[in-house]
Amino acid sequence: MTPILIQNARVLGGDPQDILIDDGVIVALGAGLRPEGEHSSVDATGLIALPGLVDLHTHLREPGREDAETVETGTKAAARGGFTAVHAMANTDPVADTAGVVEQVWRLGREAGHADVRPVGAVTIGLKGERLAELGAMAESAAGVRVFSDDGLCVHDAQLMRRALEYVKAFDGVIAQHAQEPRLTEGAQMNEGELSGRLGLRGWPCVAEEAIVARDVLLAAHVGSRVHICHLSTKGSVEIVRLAKERGLPVTAEVTPHHLLLTDELVAGYDPRYKVNPPLRTAEDVAALREALADGTIDIVATDHAPHPVEAKDCEWDAAAFGMLGLETALSVVQHTMVDTGLLDWAGVADRLSFAPARIGRCDTGDVPHGRPVAAGEPANLTLVDPSTTTTIDPSTSASLSRNTPYEGMKLPGTVVATFLRGRPTHSITAGTTGGHA
Amino acid sequence: MIRHLLSAGDLSLEDATLVLDTADEMARLTEGRAVKKLPTLRGRTVVNLFFEDSTRTRTSFELAAKRLSADVVNFSAKGSSLSKGESLKDTALTLEAMGADGVVVRHSSSGAPYRLATSGWINACVVNAGDGTHEHPTQALLDAFTMRRHLGELAGKKIVIVGDVLHSRVARSNVLLLATLGAKVTLVAPPTLLPNGVDAWPCATSYDLDDALAGADAVMMLRVQNERMNAAFFPSAREYSRRYGLDSRRQALMPPEALVLHPGPMNRGMEITAEVADSARSVIVEQVTNGVYVRMAVLYLMLAGTNTTEEA
Repeated sequence: MTPILIQNARVLGGDPQDILIDDGVIVALGAGLRPEGEHSSVDATGLIALPGLVDLHTHLREPGREDAETVETGTKAAARGGFTAVHAMANTDPVADTAGVVEQVWRLGREAGHADVRPVGAVTIGLKGERLAELGAMAESAAGVRVFSDDGLCVHDAQLMRRALEYVKAFDGVIAQHAQEPRLTEGAQMNEGELSGRLGLRGWPCVAEEAIVARDVLLAAHVGSRVHICHLSTKGSVEIVRLAKERGLPVTAEVTPHHLLLTDELVAGYDPRYKVNPPLRTAEDVAALREALADGTIDIVATDHAPHPVEAKDCEWDAAAFGMLGLETALSVVQHTMVDTGLLDWAGVADRLSFAPARIGRCDTGDVPHGRPVAAGEPANLTLVDPSTTTTIDPSTSASLSRNTPYEGMKLPGTVVATFLRGRPTHSITAGTTGGHA
Repeated sequence: MIRHLLSAGDLSLEDATLVLDTADEMARLTEGRAVKKLPTLRGRTVVNLFFEDSTRTRTSFELAAKRLSADVVNFSAKGSSLSKGESLKDTALTLEAMGADGVVVRHSSSGAPYRLATSGWINACVVNAGDGTHEHPTQALLDAFTMRRHLGELAGKKIVIVGDVLHSRVARSNVLLLATLGAKVTLVAPPTLLPNGVDAWPCATSYDLDDALAGADAVMMLRVQNERMNAAFFPSAREYSRRYGLDSRRQALMPPEALVLHPGPMNRGMEITAEVADSARSVIVEQVTNGVYVRMAVLYLMLAGTNTTEEA
């Protein structure tokens, strides 16, 4: 592979530097690099260089729902969004609850080549919440699973959750919990509040999330294991996680881009694009989530990219599927809600969208590490972002097979100009290339 | 007049008054006459699209449309493509292709009429005939019409609505419409059957029915659905009946001229005793009659003339 010289990139938002990539590795970093021999150059003036983004929460739908998304299309969308690694959730058909299925997903990712796919293993067989899946076999498989989740469903049986937390200690795994008390959310359609009462939609109360978050951080502390809370959505959950961290408990948490931007008021028009689980909450919750992401109470942003075919959303609210796309718009939403508001700098973005998710998913070490510093000797997993541009979101141009984005028609800042996976461009819209292509 | 009737909250005081006055006119033109048919909507097609069973409401709309000489097509879930899983969108496209001018829709999903009216699937006027636990605006209009006939203008009148407000589309629409008309509404229910955020509604709330009845001009009882009985919303049917049922003792707490309403069908002996339901104060049967006049007024105002191309 011809060496690539990225010129004048602002690494993590700092002063402009050149980055020389050779054989998939960053070989040099500094001002005014002049490599000898044949190489291609990328003019990155004005662009931010970030470590390749890592998503801890992606739904790729394959196997089973290839009409909504495949590993190929989902990882292509990931590359466009600046991601070099995604954790693929287990609620596929068949469920990723065996070594065979997780290896299949992992291999499909390797073959597609757009981003590394780290399968998430189901905690329980068939996501039924009854018996533990073979967590050890999945951990030892070629996929090397470290994150386990029944996402889409909550591991609500306290004893089973305790056992899962204990069991994964043997291979440094983490249980990623979809915190949703099932009895409190039977038939729930949107955030419980004045609006749900007015619209006649059954409410999803905040306490249904907070009760599980509180229980699970206490369980994790009791057994001395790691728990990760998926898609935090309420101010109360933030307060519980903050309290847990102050006590030194082994809890990490994520927030989705949409919970940083959108509120439940959008549901007033019964547009199913806004139907998501957990539901969109109030402006007060959004403010608390932003603050918590800024101060590190919430560790990471995770997309919860949830593709659905058109018919699953082009219908009445009750009948519509929960979920929205997220991979291609995540960085723009984070810039809009966190960077442009002064809550987070680009180094913070690198932490919340790359270093920390890789660390939680234990993919920051090993053969194909992610979430590593942008430094000489590190794998050349890089994302170049132009923070000065604004894009009107057009779902028809998405790489995803699905179109269920809530941002359609919205103007969002920031463009992912290029993504490099071990030095190989997986996405590029840059015109500033000389002496070769990037 | 608005293009679609999706929520009682869509109606301004002017619109609501126009509907009620027009319903009066419809009653005047047809009440006691051998030939009740008017030629007003001749050549117009009204589709009753009922995804949920409701013989009373469907028949009322059907009769209203037929009395205005409209062509009426009934689409019911049972035995049609709807029961085979056809989507709301496909059904709408079919009705559009058939040239429907007005669609009266009943659906178990809150917001379904809203989707039908705003998704660009169909150009017809949409009338919400009850959607999930959201709204039932023509029921509120017929309730208001009935009360107005007995009580005169409703501004300042005290209306008590009792029962399962949480799951009641009737209550939601009534609160909105009666507030627009200037009435003072009090919702009475156990705390488990009052919706979250009800404090923000334009009404008062109470857990105590005896207390609320004093000074009431009208008391509207809501049906308690059977599935609520075992869902821990209240301990037992007996306890509910004792605390929130309308019986002769409670009726005696009401002013002598106060009305008793019920949207039907009634659980006699549960939320209302037979004695009260059949008493001289009860206007429950009259509500059914008035439903036709109100629906005639709604269909007339929405479909007659050239207003079908106007935006809401």
